[in-house]
Formats: sequence, C-alpha cells, structure tokens
Amino acid sequence: MALSTLRIVWLYPDLLSTYGDRGNLLVLAHRARARGIDVEPMQVRSDQRVPTTADIYLIGGGEDGPQAVAADRLLQDGALNRAAEAGKPILAICAGYQLLGSSFYANGRAYEGLNILDLRSDRGPSRAVGEVAGETAPQLGIGPITGFENHGGRTHLGEAVQPLARVTAGVGNDGATEGAWAGHVIGTYMHGPGLARNPKLADLLLGWAMGVDPSQLRPLDDTWPEKLRQERFGALSGAQ
Amino acid sequence: MSANLTPRAKFATALLRTAAALSRATGRGDGSVIGGRVGLIVEPRLLELLADGRHVVLISGTNGKTTTTRFTTAALEAIGKVATNSFGANMPTGHTTALAKAPKAEYAALECDEHYLGQLLDAASPKVVALLNLSRDQLDRAMEVTALAAKWRQTLQSSAGQTTIVANADDPLIVWAASVCQRVVWVAAGQSWTADSAICPNCGSHLDRFGEFWRCTNCGLNRPSPQWSVAQAGSAVVGPDGRRYDLNLQLPGRVNRANAATALAIASLFGVDPAQAAPRLSEVASVAGRYAKVERDGRHLRLLLAKNPAGWLESFDMIEQGPPVVLSLNAREVDGFDTSWIYDVDFTSLSGRKVVVTGDRRTDLAVRLEVDGVDFLVVDDVRAAIAAVPPGPVEVVANYTAFQDIRAEFNRVN
Repeated sequence: MALSTLRIVWLYPDLLSTYGDRGNLLVLAHRARARGIDVEPMQVRSDQRVPTTADIYLIGGGEDGPQAVAADRLLQDGALNRAAEAGKPILAICAGYQLLGSSFYANGRAYEGLNILDLRSDRGPSRAVGEVAGETAPQLGIGPITGFENHGGRTHLGEAVQPLARVTAGVGNDGATEGAWAGHVIGTYMHGPGLARNPKLADLLLGWAMGVDPSQLRPLDDTWPEKLRQERFGALSGAQ
Repeated sequence: MSANLTPRAKFATALLRTAAALSRATGRGDGSVIGGRVGLIVEPRLLELLADGRHVVLISGTNGKTTTTRFTTAALEAIGKVATNSFGANMPTGHTTALAKAPKAEYAALECDEHYLGQLLDAASPKVVALLNLSRDQLDRAMEVTALAAKWRQTLQSSAGQTTIVANADDPLIVWAASVCQRVVWVAAGQSWTADSAICPNCGSHLDRFGEFWRCTNCGLNRPSPQWSVAQAGSAVVGPDGRRYDLNLQLPGRVNRANAATALAIASLFGVDPAQAAPRLSEVASVAGRYAKVERDGRHLRLLLAKNPAGWLESFDMIEQGPPVVLSLNAREVDGFDTSWIYDVDFTSLSGRKVVVTGDRRTDLAVRLEVDGVDFLVVDDVRAAIAAVPPGPVEVVANYTAFQDIRAEFNRVN
C-alpha cells in the first residue's frame, strides 16, 4: 500500500449526477478512511481539465443532452482514456457507462464514445426502470449485485469485455447481462447508488487502486449494508 | 361561475358531489379524486365550465405548492370566497372537485401537479400562474427535470397569452421556462438545491453564480431583477415599491417566507393590498398536517414533510438545534421506488444529535447515515421512535407516504 493519499475523481457532477451518483464517491471515501487511508475527493467540472494523476475515476448518469456534451469534452480532454490505458480503476454508471463504449444514442442520434470499453449502446424498446440484480463472475469475488436502474438504452457487449453480471432481475444491458468490465474499468446501469448496496464492489475498486487483493483490506462492520442487500434481494424474490 | 352551467354540467356536478360524499362516508379518502373522475366522465368539459367566469391562479413547482396555495387562499379571502384544492389533490380530477364544491367562489387558487400545467392552462384560463421551482423528484417515474422545464416553456409559449406569470428569479430552470411570456412578475424566492441547474437550460454552458446572482457564460440568460423579495434581516417581504410587509408566520424557515412573498405577489395581482394580506398569512398554523405540532407522552413533535433532496435540505434548515430528529423514509408508488436521491442530501448537519430512523426503507437511511458518519438508532415505527427519545421537543422529517403514516397515528392531524 504505497499510497499516502487516495485521490478519487468524480467526473463532471455538473453534467452527470442524476441518481445519487455522489453516493459512490462518499462510499469509497468512507470505506478508505475507515481503514486509515487519507482520501482526497476531487470534483472535476466539465469546464476543467481531467487530472491524470488520480487513483480512481467515477462518472455518473444523466440526461441525453449532458451525456453528449460530457462525451465530447472527455474525447477532447483525453485524460480519461490515458487513465484507462494506465490501468487506473474507473467506475461508470448509466449514461457514463454508455459513453465509455464505441457509440451511444442520445438526442435521437448516435454519438461517438470514448472506446474505453468494447461495447455500443442504442435505444431499447422501452425504458428499464426498477430493481436490477445479478450474479457476477466468480473471479471478481464480489458475489451477487443489487441496484436500481432507470435507462432507455440497451448495451451490446463486444469480445474484449466481460459482462459484470448475469441478470437475475431487471434488464441491465439487454435482459441477459448487466454492465461490463475489462481490466480495471467497470461500467454498470446500477445506481442506488451501486457502491452503497455492493460494498465488495467498492472494495474491489479500492484494492485495484492500491495494488492489493481486496481480501487483504481490513474488514469493516458491514451489518447495515448487508442488511440492506438482504432486504433488496428479499423484495425481488417476494415479487416473483 | 356555475350559474351558467348547462343541464349536463349541473348533472355532472351533482354526481361528482355524491361520489365524493360516498367516498368520504366509506372512509376511502376525502373523495376529491373519485368525485372529479365521475364528473369528468359525464361532462368531459366540466373543469372548463366550472372555471369559466372565475379569477383563477394556478400554483406549480416541485416544492412548496401546497403551502403557497394555502397562503394565497388566505390572502385572497380578504376580498372574496376562494375555491381551492386544499387536500393536495392537484390533478384535473381534484381541480374539478374543488370548483364544484365552491359554486359561489369568485376566485380559485389551484395547486397544480407539474405535469398537468398545460392541461390546466387550457381548461381554466388562469389570470395568474405561479411557478415556484423545479428540482429532481421521484426520478423513477417523473420526467427528468430539464425536460420538464422545456415542456413548461413550450406550454407557456403556446397557451399563456393573457396570463401573468409569477416566477422565481432564483431558479434558472423557472426563469428559462417563464421568459417566453409577455407578463412576468419576478420573485426572489431562493433556491435550496442548485445541482439541477449548474448548466444553462437554454444552451448547455456553465452558469456562473455570485451570491444570489447567476448568469450563463455563453447565451446571456441571467437572473431577472426581482420585484418581490424576502428581506435580508428580520421577517418581512419587500414589494415592488420598496415597501416592507412584516410577516409573523407560524410556519418555519426561509422557504416559507419565500412562499409568503410569492403569495403576496399573486394576491396583489388580484387587487389585494399586501398590507391587508400579510397578517392573514400568519393565521396559517399547518397545511394538511405539514408543520403540525402534536404531543404524546410528553414528547412534542413537529411534523415536517420532505419529498425530495431539496425538501430534505429545506427541512434541515428549519429544524431547531438540539432536539432529537426522527427521519422516516418510504418508497411506495407515490414516493417513487428509487431511494438513491438520499445520497443527494447531506446529512452531516445532523451529526452530534440524537437521530432515530424508521419507515419502510429505514435500512437505506441507516446505510446513508453511516456513510456520513452520523450516529443513529433504527426502530420499527413512529411509536417506537417516540419511546426512544426523551420527553421534550422532537423534529420529525418524513417523505410522502411515511408522513401520511405518521399523520394517521395522530388522527390525521391537519
């Protein structure tokens, strides 16, 4: 753990912060500080340069117009692509997830994405709104995931990414898979916020940022997050 | 007024009243919605016919609609009878019932759901429309907020010809929507939640803010000079001619002083002298249970309704320093199923006081408070919450159905 201070960048809260996205920043900072790690949260507006030296990058959800503007500015800025190439952890939610792909659909047309993840998004037949849950790949070591989704797009994964989860409730990418990951980059439709409901996903990002296996991080008392997870999974099994 | 109603409309009105009365008698609610539904089936133009010949004000926005409508009603009652949907039934069925129940009222103050503003503009031909604020609310089912502002702008452009708009100069989304109108009276009503308007709704560039002023760095959209404002010091509203109207409100908080300023601006457009209207606002002690004070076992609870991030932040601004705080959160259909917005609320101001959480989604609140480093106690319901705090004052903040559950515990206090 060579880091003295963990620098967490929250990208473009002025454009992409619709569904409690601040929560992911708060949860990461809380879980790091609880382990004695200093945290420097950095909110970067869309008229500012994206720092190249941060340890974790977060990008949230938003409406069509701001999504298109955010993609354009990130393409011009270039720093998020360089961060991805350097293996920095990136967590992208909803609109932020879509714009990491090769193309996404907004304002009635296709836009070029950042090409960080091998996927593309288009419009679905209906809006996906509600609880979403899924089983993640065992090698991620994070167990089942739970969140809330609210999006009109559908996402099609290419060969260079893995689905984050196989959908057990809700829609996610296309009703079969939810989210995507490659290297240290994770994209997902889960807000809720996702890291509040999935603390192991938060620890996975912290582990990647610090270059340690998440199992080596000091365990925290997760009584309340665990109870929340059980309630949310329970609500789904009760509804089916 | 209803003197000119067609036989069909009279029949529809009679059926509406019967249906509403039956609904009340069977304990199914106040009957506003079912009554209006029955009346509109019999005569689809009933709302329009009932509104005809009256002086109508519509009041809409994300937060403060019910309270501002109540203040406006109190102010207009200085000059005549006022029909109003005081039960918060703020869709066309509720408006129809409110008008049907007050056939002799020359004035109507109608709270209007944000999504029905266009329909009401066409049906009720209002003299005045008041637009309070727009911020995120029930995101899983409502339109996202900029899209709603765009819809308002379009609606006002096509339907607000003879109407005067009373609009909040401090909310960029409201200013953008209202600025298409010929006649606008601007009120400095404040904005407690700025995150939905960091970006210019007109062109997408950044808004610069200097204190209360804001302007777009690109297209020039900016804060209009307000004619009405809340005095910086003391509790007063300042009118267009610089005159101060002292407020002695029972309702707490800066946001209610702003609601009072909006109500005085509306009333003055109807010819009510603000000096005559202002004292009437201080008679309002609670609004459908909001701000009501109830007592049990020596605990003196004040009930605050807060439905969205802006509302919760406003509540935290209202509560007294010191007393324990009970927070209750539900996520039933009318609340919105999505609770993620609680992460848009900063709870750190509650740190160091006793905080008790309850409601269907109390576990969500527990996780949220833990992340903010606020100590809390989780209990099953409001009775347990009362038992968990010492005798004395208690502040209760709850979202919509959680609030109704607590009201039910206190005999539906008004």
